[in-house]
Amino acid sequence: MKDRKMATRDAVGHALVELGEENKDVVVLDADLSTSTKTAAFKEKFPSRFFDCGIAEANMIGVAAGLSTTGKIPFAASFAIFVAGRAFEQIRNSICYPNLNVKIIGSHSGFSSSEDGATHQAIEDIAILRAVPDMTIISPCDYFETFAAIKKAASFRGPVYIRTGKFLTSNVNGPEYIENFEIGKGVVLKKGSVVCLIATGVEVYFSLKAAELLEEEGIKTAVVNISTIKPLDEELILDIAKDFEFLFTVEEHSVIGGLYSAVCELLCEKHPKMVHKIGIKDKFGESATTEELLKNSGLDAHSIYNKVKQVILNKDRNFNYFSLES
Amino acid sequence: MVVEEELSLREIALKLRIYVVNSIFLARSGHPGSSLSCLDILLYLYKKVLRVDCNKADLENRDRFVLSKGHAAPALYAVLAEAGFLNFEDLKSLRKFGSFLQGHPNMNSTKGVEMSTGSLGQGISAACGMAAGLKLNNSSARVYCLLGDGELQEGQVFEALCFACHNKLSNLTFIVDNNGLQIDGSIEEVAGFKNLEEKFKAFGLEVLNVDGHNFFELEKAFEKVNMIKDKPTIIVAKTIKGKGVSFMENKAAWHGKAPNEEEHKIAINELEQEIKKIKGE
Repeated sequence: MKDRKMATRDAVGHALVELGEENKDVVVLDADLSTSTKTAAFKEKFPSRFFDCGIAEANMIGVAAGLSTTGKIPFAASFAIFVAGRAFEQIRNSICYPNLNVKIIGSHSGFSSSEDGATHQAIEDIAILRAVPDMTIISPCDYFETFAAIKKAASFRGPVYIRTGKFLTSNVNGPEYIENFEIGKGVVLKKGSVVCLIATGVEVYFSLKAAELLEEEGIKTAVVNISTIKPLDEELILDIAKDFEFLFTVEEHSVIGGLYSAVCELLCEKHPKMVHKIGIKDKFGESATTEELLKNSGLDAHSIYNKVKQVILNKDRNFNYFSLES
Repeated sequence: MVVEEELSLREIALKLRIYVVNSIFLARSGHPGSSLSCLDILLYLYKKVLRVDCNKADLENRDRFVLSKGHAAPALYAVLAEAGFLNFEDLKSLRKFGSFLQGHPNMNSTKGVEMSTGSLGQGISAACGMAAGLKLNNSSARVYCLLGDGELQEGQVFEALCFACHNKLSNLTFIVDNNGLQIDGSIEEVAGFKNLEEKFKAFGLEVLNVDGHNFFELEKAFEKVNMIKDKPTIIVAKTIKGKGVSFMENKAAWHGKAPNEEEHKIAINELEQEIKKIKGE
């Protein structure tokens, strides 16, 4: 299963069905996109606990808030752009302000709605929701982490936003990871000595691939998976900042307000240090395949590899990274 | 309801109007027009309809009330004090720094408040969720939700009405505080739509029309609500914005401003005179 290409959204239905069997208070809401968000599996298994709210995201978020006051654990899903975007103020005022126990799943995030074009591509959902007090934001990197995030979110008290996508990648983790996943904890996936790629979402996979390419040239590159963007694993980020000379953030999200911002906000205050950003530039996407869009934004493995090399060489033209080979 | 009880409700309503005007005067801001228009409805709900107990505020099977027009918070707080959830003395802290009585209701700071509201159009969706959750729990509890008529301009209200009817939330009752005015003027002038009753019926709601200041009519309407088993109900309550204070009545300008010292005196005096009349003094 680890080698099969899967999308983070594929875990949504599977995890929700398992939760539904374990806890009768788990309810699921969708806004006419249940086959895309993958909540349809829950709908089929537990029709009485599934609310298709139709194309009415604002109301869906409010209904989820109300359900939570009666002891239910609602998971409300739609495309990331329509929950974090259209229903932003409902999330802020009806869920986060009263600190209600509602979980929101934003699927088709980043460029994963590909050919649908810019209207459907949420490149700023993390930025929008990160600014809201009491919100927890998880951007899982693969099927297993998404599965784990959904399961752990159910027993976590308070609002949680889980960012998923439909882009198919190889899994970074195996099934054993589900038990080990912790909200708020980053994971060092690969050790290194000079360069550290701090990545989130599908970019974790691409960062690992880029690290392999760099490694071939003797650049020992660490890769860290930051799936919980808020609250940030400050301890881990500070350790990394102290240990590595070159820091990069890699995210399928705008370079404004996402992982890069979160890391810089922390480091500016506690350990000032240059951080290089790899993310979606401050402009709208367009219709294309996800691969094309990622490449165009420098978010494929090869572009990440190039960017790292360019930074290292720029920093010191005489830098001999071959000397780093042990 | 016997005549004496109605008289007593009217007297309590006048007393609570004094608290509303006082609290907004002390806060130097707030929404007197909107609070006074729905006060009688809130009082009737808490005295005669809602199965709630201030000593067991978290009881699972309690009825829920959601003030979707959250800016009428001063009226809700005064009625919550009457129902024992708050002390009347607390009302003086309305909108003050550190107070648990926020400008708009906060369910986490104020006992008896079931949902944080204030951003119009949102409370109604939460009320739908509560009703759906209670049905799943096989609870006999009911949900009541008060909306402003200006609030109906929010598209989310109609999303919520669709949801309530589609899911046959017969344990849910909406009340529209139909005072006809909003900040910028009369609802008809600003962005009003006509034929409320037909619109609501078209959604599949049971529609009842009442005078929102007449306790006998409110009694009839809320009794009828219990008989309807297959759909949600909406009570359109005709009200007077600023009801009880002559210079505020039917004036959009009094939607959201506090009376000055002189206006405050006149308002309190008027309300006290009315109480004396009821007492036959």
